[in-house]
Amino acid sequence: MTETQAQGETAHRTDVAIIGAGPVGLFAVFELGLLGIKAHLIDILDRPGGQCAELYPEKPIYDIPALPVVSGQELTDRLMEQIKPFSPVFHLSQMATDIAKTETGWRVTTDMDVAIDAKAVVIAAGGGSFTPKKPPLKELPEFEGKSVFYAVRRREAFAGKNLVIAGGGDSALDWTLDLLPVVNSLTLLHRRDDFRAAPHSVAQMRKLVEEGKMKLEIANLKGLEGENGQVSALTVARADKSEDRIPCDTLLAFYGLTMKLGPVGALCEKLGIALENNLIPVDTEKFETSVDGLFAIGDINFYPGKLKLILSGFHEAALMAQKAFHYVYPGQKLRFEYTTSSSNLQEKLGVK
Amino acid sequence: MKLRVTDREGHDHEIDAIEGWRVMEIIRDHAMQTPALAIKAECGAALACGTCHVYVDADWVDRLVPPTAEETERMEEDVFALEDNSRLSCQILMTEELDGLHVTLAPGSEP
Repeated sequence: MTETQAQGETAHRTDVAIIGAGPVGLFAVFELGLLGIKAHLIDILDRPGGQCAELYPEKPIYDIPALPVVSGQELTDRLMEQIKPFSPVFHLSQMATDIAKTETGWRVTTDMDVAIDAKAVVIAAGGGSFTPKKPPLKELPEFEGKSVFYAVRRREAFAGKNLVIAGGGDSALDWTLDLLPVVNSLTLLHRRDDFRAAPHSVAQMRKLVEEGKMKLEIANLKGLEGENGQVSALTVARADKSEDRIPCDTLLAFYGLTMKLGPVGALCEKLGIALENNLIPVDTEKFETSVDGLFAIGDINFYPGKLKLILSGFHEAALMAQKAFHYVYPGQKLRFEYTTSSSNLQEKLGVK
Repeated sequence: MKLRVTDREGHDHEIDAIEGWRVMEIIRDHAMQTPALAIKAECGAALACGTCHVYVDADWVDRLVPPTAEETERMEEDVFALEDNSRLSCQILMTEELDGLHVTLAPGSEP
């Protein structure tokens, strides 16, 4: 019990913990806020917005009510502005790894050992956690975490290595420039001689290649050689189909992100919720799961007639908040009010 | 109208196609009954991900509307195991002329 207590001392306390800071998680802050409910949000990305921010920040969305066209980033920015009066707390760049019942409600824990105690939990995790996209190579798992990595946790871990960095985006280029001084040798491997990273980093990289300080290889990664988890070379195919080997002892792959359900699915199952096609079944009155106080809204839930639309998630957030109120304020009566006429709501929104 | 899809295990499926639907949407629709046809297609045809990657049968490659510059760029950025007959199935619209089209689900398209 001492361990629990020790954690309890450092745990955040709030009314509702929301897993996922995409558009639906953000709007849930608004609907909860109107009812006087505070919220903390957890997200694996380093910024709010979910798919809107990560997958299609510049893509236009045409089906948000009253916004004939809005980009994913603009929608995120507007939601952030809308929920500002409620001062939500964000726990970013981390993944919820445990959802457990406590005597007073719930505790959500993250992979960064952040604990949040709340009266209710809302899963708004969309398509799941964004995780590094991996090349589909059979031999990959034996090397992962030993000599193949998808992120840099400690720069020093790459000291003296013969490193290949794969990818053409900002992560690949930034780490190329950052790690070059500490490694023994560095090769940047990209599928084509065109980079979507910031132009000044690309220019800097090309200069280093010209000066012979690093190598640039334009080819497709085809396989890994090595044993016992230690990579010794990469096999690659060039545009003319010729194969080649790049000797190295470490690979850092930055192929972007993809969505995986992640621990949330297993946590739901542990709580006795049977997933349907990796989606969380909820009722259509409160968008609550079969477990009291645990809600699921947005793309991650399932009910007959479900449509994966942002606007459906917004609606689900409003109805969820009505029920969550009773977990946060047991025994209290919930008055239904409009923002147009309620001075109480306008005060919460900071309207003068 | 039919679409022939080879799944990632190498098994062939002949499925009903619908004119005007994206090949990705047709495959996704059938995946409810046939899990082997499950396709990730995570961005929902926004040309933002590359997770509906298919290989088009050699007989059909030239009968398709060629990929746009945006599709080609997306494939070059986001698709592993890119081949000359690679396409994003969300960018192929089903028409009468494509009755019998044969595609193979590529690695990386699994959910």
